[in-house]
Amino acid sequence: MTADINMDAPLLDVRNLTIDLPPGADRRHAVEGVTFALEQGEILCVVGESGSGKSMTAHAVMGLLPKAVKVSAGSIRHHGTDVLSLPERDQRRLRGGRIAMIFQEPMTALNPLMRVGDQIDEVLRYHTNLDRAARRARVVELLASVGLPEPEHLRRSYPFRLSGGQRQRVMIAMALAVEPDVLIADEPTTALDVTTQKQILELIREVQAKRRMGVMFITHDFGVVAEIAHRVAVMQHGRIVEMGPAAEVLNRPQHPYTRQLIAAVPHLIEHREDFTRERTPILTAEAVSKTFHLGGGLFRPGRTVVAGHDISLTIHKGETVGLVGESGSGKSTLGRSIVGLIKPDAGRILFEGVDLLSLSRPAFRPYRRHVQMVFQDPYASLNPRHTVGDIITQGPVAFGEDRRKALDRARTLLDLVGLDRSAVDRFPHEFSGGQRQRISIARALALEPKLLVADEPVSALDVSVQAQVLDLLEDLRYRLNLSMLFITHDLRVAAQVCDTIAVMQKGRIVEIGPAREVFGNPRHAYTRQLLDAIPGKAWTLPADVLPTSRRGHPARTGT
Amino acid sequence: MRSGFWRAFARNKGGVIGLVFLALIVLLALSADLLFPASPWDMTTIPFQPPLSEDALLGSDTLGRDIASGIAHGARVSLLIGLTSTAVAVLIGVLLGAVAGFYGGRVDDAVMRFTELFQTIPNFVLAVVLVAIFTPSLASIVLAIAIVSWPPLARLARGEFMSLRTREFVQAAVTTGQSNLTIIWRQILPNSLSPIIVSASLMVATAILLESSLSFLGLGDPNLMSWGYMVGAARTVIRQAWWMSFFPGVAILLTVLALNLVGEGLNDALNPKLARKGRA
Repeated sequence: MTADINMDAPLLDVRNLTIDLPPGADRRHAVEGVTFALEQGEILCVVGESGSGKSMTAHAVMGLLPKAVKVSAGSIRHHGTDVLSLPERDQRRLRGGRIAMIFQEPMTALNPLMRVGDQIDEVLRYHTNLDRAARRARVVELLASVGLPEPEHLRRSYPFRLSGGQRQRVMIAMALAVEPDVLIADEPTTALDVTTQKQILELIREVQAKRRMGVMFITHDFGVVAEIAHRVAVMQHGRIVEMGPAAEVLNRPQHPYTRQLIAAVPHLIEHREDFTRERTPILTAEAVSKTFHLGGGLFRPGRTVVAGHDISLTIHKGETVGLVGESGSGKSTLGRSIVGLIKPDAGRILFEGVDLLSLSRPAFRPYRRHVQMVFQDPYASLNPRHTVGDIITQGPVAFGEDRRKALDRARTLLDLVGLDRSAVDRFPHEFSGGQRQRISIARALALEPKLLVADEPVSALDVSVQAQVLDLLEDLRYRLNLSMLFITHDLRVAAQVCDTIAVMQKGRIVEIGPAREVFGNPRHAYTRQLLDAIPGKAWTLPADVLPTSRRGHPARTGT
Repeated sequence: MRSGFWRAFARNKGGVIGLVFLALIVLLALSADLLFPASPWDMTTIPFQPPLSEDALLGSDTLGRDIASGIAHGARVSLLIGLTSTAVAVLIGVLLGAVAGFYGGRVDDAVMRFTELFQTIPNFVLAVVLVAIFTPSLASIVLAIAIVSWPPLARLARGEFMSLRTREFVQAAVTTGQSNLTIIWRQILPNSLSPIIVSASLMVATAILLESSLSFLGLGDPNLMSWGYMVGAARTVIRQAWWMSFFPGVAILLTVLALNLVGEGLNDALNPKLARKGRA
């Protein structure tokens, strides 16, 4: 390194950082006057919702800002050296050499056409003088150090052969390759399942402690913060609104925005009273099985995936049943089978006593209006070319309702889900994620269903918006006496809205029971493992930020 | 929405130039009867008049026909055949592609094998055979060109339909009880139109080239003056009278170029994510 290294200066010192957005963006600065320092051996969590500027800050440190976005003021110092004033070549040596980064999506952060060992080797080749044999030994050592099995063998694998957690481990190994003293982690566990998330968090904490690295950890999840942070910085609209030691910020939040964010964290503590069932269930699934055949063609056999094996489940009137499990556990397959998007191989799905699976397409059609679905992705689930009014009325019109009458009802429904009536004439792209999800709910309600299947309805939303949509669903369910099948990977969300919980693993329901029972006294080992993996379970939300009770509250309006 | 489209289109200079030139050709085709009231087949002057002669701006051909008049009237034929044959090809291609992509499975297999059958035969040879069998006429030429050009469109539409079919808004349409026809027509088709429009605009250019090639070989409609026929008829005297084949050739070149530019402009405007990368 050409510049002097001042070991007394903070590891990473960001002062008054201001990043300009291109003209025409919704605000002038992506980041404004951000000042923070990262010390050696410290984990600093930067928390904020999407668009708060937390990733921009990290990308500025790494020199990854998009072309149109410029740092207009402030400095970023690494051991006293101003990073931004260094020539491009020295900046590059610093990044990857001393400052390393891991990304959210391990799927796309690795080159799919290169063996993972070669990708790590490439880093070593650029930043060290090791010879081939030494590099190879180092690669194996690194892979072993991040807890990957059979590193000698795994070195030669392509990324697609690895699971999401394994890929994230490879990313971490790559970041550690040149012994950086700063690690920037941009939502590294957001795309992972809870149990994998737990392992990765443990790994990051472990390597951080062993190497006395400074870690800048970007996340939107206060549970994760409670799990690993030493210090916390909360960002809103490009500014740091609160910063302090983790225990302080988590337990005695000062700024209203921090309090709002913490209040929105779905929490386990609040168990609802047991649900009293009427005699006949509205929906009964009996021994539903589904196996997918993937790949393969005319002449070669494909792979099979068991997405459902002997699944049985009942939903009563007014009951919310939560289906929880990790990705690939088959929870969506069951939901989709109930709304008729997937045909199971075996079993029965009885809706008010009628087996839906035995019905022909035309005979099934009348039942469609009774069972409606809310989808996960609010951006993909609304047709971008239709107005909101069209989107909501298409269902009723398909069932023969007069368009004008349907449109009147659409306005009432928009009222009900907390949107303005004038939304009928607008297009989906004019709405935010949370508002779109409200539209999606209005569409499902337009057919006056008796059962709502909600497939991860809040997992694509920011926490505060997530809380609002959950409140809305909760409110609607009491007002309209809806039954609901609520599919989620987040146990905290399930704990908050579900009466009954079914835990799925590898296509089977391993445990089913009242929410209080499942969370309070889990029987199956897998349930215990899931509960144990919830980030921040040791942290109790401070009582003074919580709303008194969620139940019976009118929906919070506006998103 | 509308004005946004034009602004995006205008950002591509080539597209605008192409569009202006295309408008001029359309204007020429429309006013052919006013500018050159006489039939382009009539002998109007002495044969072998070079360009810029008194009564023939672009010269005359071996039989004393005015080349400028031939180009103006030929523009009609070229545009007419280019547009109608593309329209027919789009109709066949999108219909088959939509059915294959939407229903998948066996239907998809059947339709795609049928499509491949057409793709294995060289385009031009098939067109020649078809026109030769059905005797050259406007209808048979349009049909022949359409029949050889729909397979790529079918594949494109199939791909679009396959990917859109699994999108959540389409699944939402299924769960709200909309019929397959409504879903294909109202939900999927509008969203798959952009790439289809783009490749159709490029296909017009190919169709004009195909028509010219057919006429060059003497397989054009004998009653219609066309650019390809003019080039074909003049090829024996190309060394004595270059202008006879040069001007119709330039007309073909510029029209096809204009169509390609417009197609590219449309591509940029309709698929902004693909086009803007690495440029701004």
